[in-house]
Amino acid sequence: MAVSAHSLPLFTRMALAARRAGLWPLMMAVIALFVALPVLTVLGHVFVPAPEIWSHLASTVLPRYLVNTAGLALGVGIGVLVMGVGTAWLVVMCRFPGQRIFEWALLLPLAVPTYVIAYAYTDFLQFSGPLQTLLRDTFGWGTGDYWFPPVRSLGGAIVLLSLVLYPYVYLLTRAAFLEQSVCVLEVGRTLGRGPWKLFGTIAVPLARPAIAGGAALALMETLNEFGAVQFFAVDTFTTGIYRTWFGLGERTAAAQLAGVLLLFVLVLLLLERVSRGKAQFFHTSSRYRELPQYELAGLRRWLAVIGCGLPVVLGFLIPAVLLLEMSLTAGDQQFGWSFLPYVFNSISLSTIAALAAVGLAVLLSYGVRLAPSPLTQAAVRVSAMGYAIPGAVIAVGILIPLGWMDQQLYALLRGEFGWNVGLLLTGTGFALVYAYLVRFLAVSYNAVQASLTKVTPSMDAASRTLGKTAGGTLRRVHAPIMRGSLLGAGILVFVDVMKELPATIILRPFDFTTLAVRSYELASDERLSQSSTASLAIVLVGIVPVMLLSRAMRRSRPGYSEPGG
Amino acid sequence: MAKMTRGTAVLLGVGLAAGAGVAGAQTLNLYTARHYDSDEQLYSAFEDRTGVEVNVLQGDSDQLIERIEREGEASPADVFMTVDAARLRRAEEADILAPVESEVLVERIPSELRHPDDLWFGLSERVRIVYYDTEVYDEPPLERYEELADPRFEGEICIRSSNNDYNQSLVASLIEANGVEATEQWAEGLVDNMARTPQGGDTDQIRAVAAGECSIGVGNHYYWVRLALSDDPADQAVADRVGMIFPNQDGRGTHRNIGGAAMVAGAPHPEAAREFLEFLVSDEAQKLFSAGNNEFPAVEGVDPVAVLEPYVDYTLDDLNVAVLGENNAEAVRLMDRAGWR
Repeated sequence: MAVSAHSLPLFTRMALAARRAGLWPLMMAVIALFVALPVLTVLGHVFVPAPEIWSHLASTVLPRYLVNTAGLALGVGIGVLVMGVGTAWLVVMCRFPGQRIFEWALLLPLAVPTYVIAYAYTDFLQFSGPLQTLLRDTFGWGTGDYWFPPVRSLGGAIVLLSLVLYPYVYLLTRAAFLEQSVCVLEVGRTLGRGPWKLFGTIAVPLARPAIAGGAALALMETLNEFGAVQFFAVDTFTTGIYRTWFGLGERTAAAQLAGVLLLFVLVLLLLERVSRGKAQFFHTSSRYRELPQYELAGLRRWLAVIGCGLPVVLGFLIPAVLLLEMSLTAGDQQFGWSFLPYVFNSISLSTIAALAAVGLAVLLSYGVRLAPSPLTQAAVRVSAMGYAIPGAVIAVGILIPLGWMDQQLYALLRGEFGWNVGLLLTGTGFALVYAYLVRFLAVSYNAVQASLTKVTPSMDAASRTLGKTAGGTLRRVHAPIMRGSLLGAGILVFVDVMKELPATIILRPFDFTTLAVRSYELASDERLSQSSTASLAIVLVGIVPVMLLSRAMRRSRPGYSEPGG
Repeated sequence: MAKMTRGTAVLLGVGLAAGAGVAGAQTLNLYTARHYDSDEQLYSAFEDRTGVEVNVLQGDSDQLIERIEREGEASPADVFMTVDAARLRRAEEADILAPVESEVLVERIPSELRHPDDLWFGLSERVRIVYYDTEVYDEPPLERYEELADPRFEGEICIRSSNNDYNQSLVASLIEANGVEATEQWAEGLVDNMARTPQGGDTDQIRAVAAGECSIGVGNHYYWVRLALSDDPADQAVADRVGMIFPNQDGRGTHRNIGGAAMVAGAPHPEAAREFLEFLVSDEAQKLFSAGNNEFPAVEGVDPVAVLEPYVDYTLDDLNVAVLGENNAEAVRLMDRAGWR
């Protein structure tokens, strides 16, 4: 937890100073503007009328985009909730064979990018793939003699996307279950609630902000998905944006489509908020002990094993084995020392972006808590929007303002000093890290925010009454409680940046290749088996932080005691 | 916030160091949409010959164009390279290209493969051909693209999505040959004949034909070559089972597209850019360039990879490829209207 522990003193001082001067709202507005600038740049096109192209879209492709996007969001939403909440409850509250292993293994699919699971499965399952060929050869079937679920379809996309996106829900929900005080659950039991009722009436409602946060992440990831859905032959809003922008050359209409997508997301978020109503969930007791677990017996044990095992096997093991097999038989011919820079680039970019995203998320969520006002609320909403916007659109949204600033800088430095510094912003890693912040601030913010609701306002009040400043409260009271979530937020961003593709491709500096870029270059050239080496490397590099995350989460639970120490 | 500035400072430092290299005299900055491993050989051959070091930025054509546009006057880009005529046209419309005056280029590249005002130059040719299942048809079942819409092929044809550049260019060429209305009818007929929802890449269409999912497929020629030259016996079996048709031999010729390059307007190293382009049309470079993706060299007299030699004398559509770009947007709309996914 070097991340926040190291940075907090500095941060605390800033917080303190800002609080004194009443600068929180102002600072938050500045951050929000900074992060929202690219999105706003794109949305600036929304008000330019483009009626002719819209009537073309509406009468041809738009209905399909709408139906597919809604279907995909609904399907993936249900899929990630069932898998994520169900497995989280099982591993936290029940005892069954392999439970300790599932605790961390359930996170593994997080390391598999959506496009990689798409590459692995479609190749394997399609008509001309090895499985169906084997079936035909074995049974002597011909075309049309048998039915096999088409993997390149809306259904295929829903299943495979759910399999790699449910860990967002699992991660946040499990953390929330672990942070729940044992008292509430015991009161529930005393009052005669069985495990199902306990789950449905106490644990889930209490964990609701976390569940909603996880589901929102999974859904936004789904909505801006490009490579995978393209592969599944499903046209969504996002593929429509690309096509309208680049195929039809209609920049304005594309930005307007992005605006519609954004509206879709805002409505989703709003629905969740409205349905939660005025209810606010805080824990009022702080007695933490080892949670009492249900010992599962008989058939139930094995159902639990299967329930937790399936997502891991389907979402991680099988794709990893398929990739391994491909890379051993026909992998990347350039594999070797030349791969090291790709790994280094991926890791260093991800680390920097993760630190930055967590730092900003803490600032923002703390700001909302300290100075709740329409302005700060709006600032946060606006700065988390980027997650729902396709990466390539964000990249262009960044190129427009940064490109302009670069021109000014270039002209200034050249004119005044005769320096030719090239492109200071768009030609360097700055634009990339900026893009990741815009894209992934919502990830870190949701995690930090969900965990901050676990700190009751009465704790704040007590701390302040006892003479601690706002900054002191953050450091002494909030930070210890939130440690696990902060680390979790950082690692989520880390893994997301590892997997990110469209923005990285557009904004990267010269001769700068990451693992994801290498994998994409080969795959887009229809050399899938060669791209498997880089894909596998992404998964392997991603596993390490995911394991760390799982360990840290367990320890971070208040009341956790190290075995034997 | 503090962390962010520290983090970016590190990256910025790296970027600055790289920037200094970029600004040096003996370099050439290449923005390319090609990503074949053999291109490395091409760059090092150029370095050996001229001493000019090549810096490479790979990406999707459209996005590279957007980036050059945004970088404006300060852009380090010298040469832009892509694999589709419509994208060259788009670069031209974005005003990011500058003409190159070079007798070598004009002399070596046939006129229909370069821009009328020398804004860009075609360096290799690729053709979009029809594949068929030799276990279903003993003879090629059709001779012209137009026949793909014939009701006799109902439920037999595999072709990828209309999102694809190559399909867009093919339709653009049909618009030029037959007009918008006839081409739209053709697209509707083709959609009716499809064996399945368009999906996958060109290789997937060839594989689907070989697996019996459809008996006719459409794809670029080099995907077949790649399968034929593969070490994997299963790939070779796929290549063996499908037959190739170069359509419209008795008329305008088979639709072709190009891989091409252009100098970027305001290039910091215009001399190096010209030298690089001229190098690319030399016999040595043409061989490397075309072999990287099993294409046909643009320069006459240079042989393609051995497996393509039987096909060098086929008639190709000698429409100036610039037209493909002009018709691109219309082609996309037409496919939308026809319900071509």
